[in-house]
Amino acid sequence: MKAVGVPFVKKDAMALVTGKPVYTNDLAPKECLIVKLLRSPHANAMIREIKTDVAMRVPGIEAIYTWKDVPQHRFTTAGQTWPEPSPYDRLILDQHVRFVGDPVAIIAGENEACVERAMKMIKVKYEVLPAVLDPEEALDGPVLVHPEDSWKALCPVGADNKRNLCAQAEDGNGDVEKVLAECDVVVEHTYHVRAAQQAMMETFQTVCFMDMYGRLNVMSSTQIVYHVRRIVSNALGIPKSKIRAFKPRIGGGFGAKQSAVCEVYPAFVTWKTGKPSKIVFTREESQIASSPRHDMAVTVRMGADKEGNIRAIDLYTLSNTGAYGEHGPTTVGLSGHKAIPLYGSAEAYRFRYDVVYTNRMSAGAYRGYGATQGIFAVETSVNELAEKLGMDPMEIRMKNMVKEGQFMPAYYGETANSCALDKCLARVKEMSGWDEKYPRKVMPDGKIRSVGVALAMQGSCISNVDVGSATIKLGEDGVYNMSIAAADMGTGCDTILAQMAAECLDCDLDDIAVSGADTDTSPYDSGSYASSTTYVTGMAVTRASEELKKRIVRQAAKMLKCEVDEVDFDGHIARSDKTGEEVTLAAIGAGAMCGSDIALQVTESHSSPVSPPPYMAGAVEIELDPETGHVEILDYYAVVDCGTVINPNLARVQAEGGIVQGIGMTLYENIQYTEKGQLLNNSFMQYKIPTRMDMGNLHVEFESSYEPTGPFGAKSIGEIVINTPAPALTHAIANATGLWFRELPITSEQIAMGIMENEN
Amino acid sequence: MQISLTLNGKKITEEIADDLLLIDFVRNHGCYSVKRGCETSNCGLCTVFLDEKPVLSCSVLAARADGHKVDTLEGLQEEAEEFGSFIAGQGAEQCGFCNPGMIMNAIALFRENPDPSDDEIREYLAGNLCRCSGYEGQLRGIHDFLEYKRKGGAR
Amino acid sequence: MLKIKQYVKAESLEQAYELNQKKTNRIIGGMLWLKMSTAQIQTAIDLSGLGLDQIEETEDAWKIGCMVSLRDLELHEGLNELSCNMVRESVRSIVGVQFRNLATIGGSIFGRFGFSDVLTCFLALDTEVELYKGGIISLEEFAKMERDNDILVRVIVKKTPGKGSYQSHRNTKTDFPVLAVAADRYGDELKVAVGARPMKAVCLHIPAEQLDACTDLKKFAKELATQVPMGSNMRGSAAYRTHLAEVLIRRALEKITDGGEKNAD
Repeated sequence: MKAVGVPFVKKDAMALVTGKPVYTNDLAPKECLIVKLLRSPHANAMIREIKTDVAMRVPGIEAIYTWKDVPQHRFTTAGQTWPEPSPYDRLILDQHVRFVGDPVAIIAGENEACVERAMKMIKVKYEVLPAVLDPEEALDGPVLVHPEDSWKALCPVGADNKRNLCAQAEDGNGDVEKVLAECDVVVEHTYHVRAAQQAMMETFQTVCFMDMYGRLNVMSSTQIVYHVRRIVSNALGIPKSKIRAFKPRIGGGFGAKQSAVCEVYPAFVTWKTGKPSKIVFTREESQIASSPRHDMAVTVRMGADKEGNIRAIDLYTLSNTGAYGEHGPTTVGLSGHKAIPLYGSAEAYRFRYDVVYTNRMSAGAYRGYGATQGIFAVETSVNELAEKLGMDPMEIRMKNMVKEGQFMPAYYGETANSCALDKCLARVKEMSGWDEKYPRKVMPDGKIRSVGVALAMQGSCISNVDVGSATIKLGEDGVYNMSIAAADMGTGCDTILAQMAAECLDCDLDDIAVSGADTDTSPYDSGSYASSTTYVTGMAVTRASEELKKRIVRQAAKMLKCEVDEVDFDGHIARSDKTGEEVTLAAIGAGAMCGSDIALQVTESHSSPVSPPPYMAGAVEIELDPETGHVEILDYYAVVDCGTVINPNLARVQAEGGIVQGIGMTLYENIQYTEKGQLLNNSFMQYKIPTRMDMGNLHVEFESSYEPTGPFGAKSIGEIVINTPAPALTHAIANATGLWFRELPITSEQIAMGIMENEN
Repeated sequence: MQISLTLNGKKITEEIADDLLLIDFVRNHGCYSVKRGCETSNCGLCTVFLDEKPVLSCSVLAARADGHKVDTLEGLQEEAEEFGSFIAGQGAEQCGFCNPGMIMNAIALFRENPDPSDDEIREYLAGNLCRCSGYEGQLRGIHDFLEYKRKGGAR
Repeated sequence: MLKIKQYVKAESLEQAYELNQKKTNRIIGGMLWLKMSTAQIQTAIDLSGLGLDQIEETEDAWKIGCMVSLRDLELHEGLNELSCNMVRESVRSIVGVQFRNLATIGGSIFGRFGFSDVLTCFLALDTEVELYKGGIISLEEFAKMERDNDILVRVIVKKTPGKGSYQSHRNTKTDFPVLAVAADRYGDELKVAVGARPMKAVCLHIPAEQLDACTDLKKFAKELATQVPMGSNMRGSAAYRTHLAEVLIRRALEKITDGGEKNAD
């Protein structure tokens, strides 16, 4: 293959490294209204009075809106296919504020200074209500986060707002209780993952303006232009046809921008005033009022026989969706469905969950999307089980893990058609020097070197739901334009999808110009999430390319005055087998623009009935200081099966970036609330993402299976890569200290104090 | 108040608000490579040179740059392209948002220490956060660049 | 957002001092901490035009102007030779190079911040501060004083030969310390400064002979650690800090009794 499997430089790379103005805030009109939000200082309160008249008199203020000014039908900001599983539980502004940071008023003015001055002059009287902050106390508790009757669930997800319940379900296979009772060894523990932040470098930002047709244009840093159009339509109560949503370059997303966190506010301002406006979240706003990971407590009961055959897994997840239900009903599903199937040979499983509302910031979609939490729990359980059985953790996995061709009852009844997990693990074992290093070695200075291991899986799309599309057209100079609505958020999908098109069309990568995502001009795509872009949109690209090729041949046949099946097209020149006459691609492109009825433009859509999992094995070696509790990561070894690797450089960087995010959530990124529900980790000073001195050396390799349903055999890579660090590090720390830490982040304090306690 | 400074080699004299920050001053002058990523001087996205030294432009009053020399990536396009192509060569630029600040600081590192060790690289660039790349690809890109420089600028 | 009505680049210390007597006026150092506040400042007084960004050597001391950056301290050979690299160790973990090119010793010391590595380090060294009106006093005395409207002009580190070590523990490499310890033995005294308690650093004075006579550094360190009051914050509990103090003091003393080798970790 000429284009697939080649480490091409991203199409936008040089613009990015030379600092060109390509992001939302760089492209905002100069005379934009500045939009800011007054936010609630209370975790649960009713606004009894709100006075804006004095604030309105600040020079430069254009408008101030309160709950009285906004439409009263509820919507969700979750970027999901309609009908969204997430409940319709939000208003643009609500009289009832439900977390510290919930918007109370929208202020728009000609500059930041006047908006900030006016914000201070808005007088609000709150009736402060008791708040429910602990998810354990939420279900059927005395405090209701959403008592209102206008709350609405579009899908049957087991939600009941009068019980603080955002979703609830149970499924299973076989008799879990019976099998567990028969097991020689059972481990049972609860594992807690907090609401870690995506912390992409570009905060949430949106610019809005009216165009010459009287339509609302929403330029946003988003992964989901089509969903943004619907969300803005729902929020403002205006037709979707009146809205255009598009994105420029995005400064990182990781799922954060799969929710319309900030779009509705400037959209409302511009719709009301007719003037361009922009909102640029501060880092503090991005930390306290956004769309982080769902805080989940995952309880696993895992049973095995003496030989280490895992026979049953019973998993219960309590997920905290916070004040609003964005992605609440869906993330939780992955905590079971993308963790339990790693051990496909188990005779029985059960998976139950409750998703509850609390008066904390709403959660959203963060890379891994629930699978991260479930895999931390299941993989740590396996490591604890191995310890209890006195088995090597590599061996117990080799014995039990899912293998190619296996039917996966806990994975929506799909079969693992492509799976090289066994090869991944074998290679990780070799790379990491496991046999020499496991479990620990005490160094002369008293520090302890130890290793840990974990497996992971994810999906490659939401089966039967996600839609990817591509439009490809030929231009008169023989080059192509490809239009997509998948969102390149730095991942390089513009380039990767163009590589696939170039492969199909036998042309150079440079001969394909990519544009998107824009609801006015791009074909429909659900957006870049659920790891779906390469797998789903990639298939749309290959199909569109093949169809376009057929049309090119038709046009060529017309020009060469021969039959279609007599044309030999090599990507650059079409030749008639019969006459030997030739016509160039440029000529074909030009030919279609003169007296032609053949459109050299094709749009294809794709949706997949299956979501083939990528697989991964990760091992870490740490050096732990038993006195301070400090964990120094020495080396991280990872081997990924994402099917065919389309662009080795970009796939590798995905893996490396995901691993470091995983390290961050495991060791450093803390979420600490005050008793009043205020988040303390509200800046990069207090929320410590890893620096380049905190992550050790990374070693990433690929063991490719071939996925028959994916483009060129490809599966996904974007999310799975965040899943192994938490269980692998937890394992390494346990191997060093004998202590199992089941709550993230594992701080040096917990380790040092744990060791001391153990010694006493 | 009025200030005069040299921005990317161009002398500018301008009336400014006394509390205008340097980041906003340079962005107002079209230097959009300079990004704001936090309010707490932690991220390094806003790195510019003030009299050749890398500083956080979000934490400097424009008034303080009066009479001084300020450089942003807009004024270092050749170096940005030369070095940046090695970051791109690894796909490590990713979303790109942190790149201008990191590249500014890397240029400062290379000027100070043309042959840094890995530890020196990590320490010098520790104040440049990146959430996409996991840093490892940036390090590979830096290695490649240093190798290219050692060979006298030949690939 | 910080608001500043007027910016004045002081032409003399006297002018700066006079302006600084007004409550709503403020001297700006590196501005890194001040920038995060929502203060409304009438006049911001900048000392950067007064030549105070120099480290001067006299026969018996290093005189560090208040506008000297933390990066300058980090790279200064004389100071680091004198302090067995304690100075470098104390600043190298502070955020990043671009930050340290701005942050000043004057701002760090005058602020007397609880988290301050710089204050902790210089407390252990033989250090005085020169105040514009208050004259020269010991840093330790200054650290205990309430904030006032005087100007910290210079930090003076005496060239007292000694052996020292700076130790800190951080949750990430460039974060504030969970605890910082600077130990320095000079003359007949051992000084142990403990910072990020999380309250302002304090300094213990121990007759050096006690260290010389000590056969059990662990026990010795533990006794010192229990003398330091600790508190809890987001980064750690008081109990953990007491434990860390014991570990870090012991490690520092090991370096000192080991011949005061340059800090290796």
